[in-house]
Amino acid sequence: MSTGTSAGETPAPEAPSHRTALDLGDPERRIPLGRLVGVELRKTADTRAGRWLLGIIVGITAAIMVVFFLIADADDRLFGNFIGVAATPQGFVLPVLGILLVTSEWGQRTAMVTFALEPSRTRVIGAKVIAALIWGLGAFVAAIVIAAVVTLLGGAADGFAGLDVSVFVLFLGLQLLTILQGLAYGLIFLNTPAAIVTFFVAPVASQLIFNLVPALRDPAPWLDLATAQQALFTSFGPGGAGLSGEEYAQLGTTALIWIVLPFVAGWIRVMRAELK
Amino acid sequence: MITVERLTKTYGGFRAVDDVSFTAQPGRVTGFLGPNGAGKTTTMRVMVGLTPPTAGTVTINGRGYHDIPNPGRQVGVLLDASAQHAGRTGREILTVGAKTMGLPLARVDEMLAMVSLSDTESGRRLRNYSLGMKQRLGIAHALLGDPSVLILDEPANGLDPAGIRWMRSLLKGYADRGGTVLLSSHLLHEVELIADEMILIGNGTIVAQGDKASLMAMDGNVSVLASSLDDQALAAALTQRGFSVSPEAQGLRVACAPEEVGRAALEAGVVLTELRSGAAGLEDLFLELTASTQREGNIERTEGAQA
Repeated sequence: MSTGTSAGETPAPEAPSHRTALDLGDPERRIPLGRLVGVELRKTADTRAGRWLLGIIVGITAAIMVVFFLIADADDRLFGNFIGVAATPQGFVLPVLGILLVTSEWGQRTAMVTFALEPSRTRVIGAKVIAALIWGLGAFVAAIVIAAVVTLLGGAADGFAGLDVSVFVLFLGLQLLTILQGLAYGLIFLNTPAAIVTFFVAPVASQLIFNLVPALRDPAPWLDLATAQQALFTSFGPGGAGLSGEEYAQLGTTALIWIVLPFVAGWIRVMRAELK
Repeated sequence: MITVERLTKTYGGFRAVDDVSFTAQPGRVTGFLGPNGAGKTTTMRVMVGLTPPTAGTVTINGRGYHDIPNPGRQVGVLLDASAQHAGRTGREILTVGAKTMGLPLARVDEMLAMVSLSDTESGRRLRNYSLGMKQRLGIAHALLGDPSVLILDEPANGLDPAGIRWMRSLLKGYADRGGTVLLSSHLLHEVELIADEMILIGNGTIVAQGDKASLMAMDGNVSVLASSLDDQALAAALTQRGFSVSPEAQGLRVACAPEEVGRAALEAGVVLTELRSGAAGLEDLFLELTASTQREGNIERTEGAQA
């Protein structure tokens, strides 16, 4: 419980609003971050559009595994492979969730209300980041559960054999990075279509340029996100040798360019943005 | 209490708010009155930390907005009743607010009842709300955290006459219990009935402030309007007494107190049919004071200011 923090502070006059028998709590207590995160999670799921998006993430994960189950040879119906096929579709939809977490507040102008209740924009963005990561984790857990069910029901006899934890860590890490990337683009554009289009077009354009311009082919792994992440897919999985130090460094620089810098730019923009 | 001190907000070369100072006292309803674009909303946005001021400060109960630990519990804010997610139900909007502020959910029901939104209505999505329902919901949202200060931007907008009366008594009661209310409007008659104190703003600067009586007193030309069965005789009697008389509408405008006209009429034996104060009234005063900021007939100046 905090009492007056400084000597000269005027005590707030007694609340004159409608008298209530309810205990509304200590008005001098700061809003804990956990509560802000809880509110952000709730705001993702309390509209029809939000529930659809969450449903689509789970649905698409299940659908792709079923498709894989139908087309794969019996021997390939491994738990790890089921997880693997979920990565791409989840990588498409999760960032949209990250984008909407920010842009819907601007599109619907609720940011005005959000920031009036918690004037520290840093804390609000922080809560959104944590909420986005929780949703990413949730999608990962959903993938694990669905893959386990599919493997148990119709997977290969030794479907769970030879599991490599690093694959799961990689999968989760990638999901969380893309969701943060989405969030960053949302913060920069504060506009749903612009953020979504840029999120999907910019990497393709980048990859195209780095592949087509001969002079850029060499530095591509250091600058182009998709090129750098390709190493992940080839080096893990069956017979992969893991990443070299250089490849880790390339992942680092591309993540810096494509995720961290946009995030910082977007954060600065929101800190300065005037809400109308 | 809200204290605004020498607040200035500029956009490029345009001064949206120019050296504005005033206070809104507890126990009073303060009306913030001015034509569209006068700087009311900008001032209110600065108050709640949504817009950084160029210069000057605003404190609420002695603290800057950013220094209030859980602002919803001290300051009820309604800047735009439509600035809520159209896909959320009314109840959900209040629930999100209550969760943020850390209030028990029973508070949501309490507030819904207070603004008379039924269960069916609160279960509807905001996009299906009329403007009046949105305003009620916005007021419920502002009062959720049991604040001691209310900042409302055009709260009567979209309310029907019964709704306006309801809001008037709500805010009156709130101020009577010691609350501070600041509400803005571009319509004088909305504010005049409810505000104890009025602040008139035009072109970013405060042109007048005070209670209704002191604002009326600003109108220095005392005059009365009189009509009688024999205006000519009355005019002659008044002129004889040294008052200036001019014909107006169906009667006379006389630059004196009403009792002087009565006395003159009595002596001249003229039957008065009407005798009332010819003071301009707040509406005229308002228009006069903010005349330079009205859009009508003022286009060159506005363009000059924005260039």
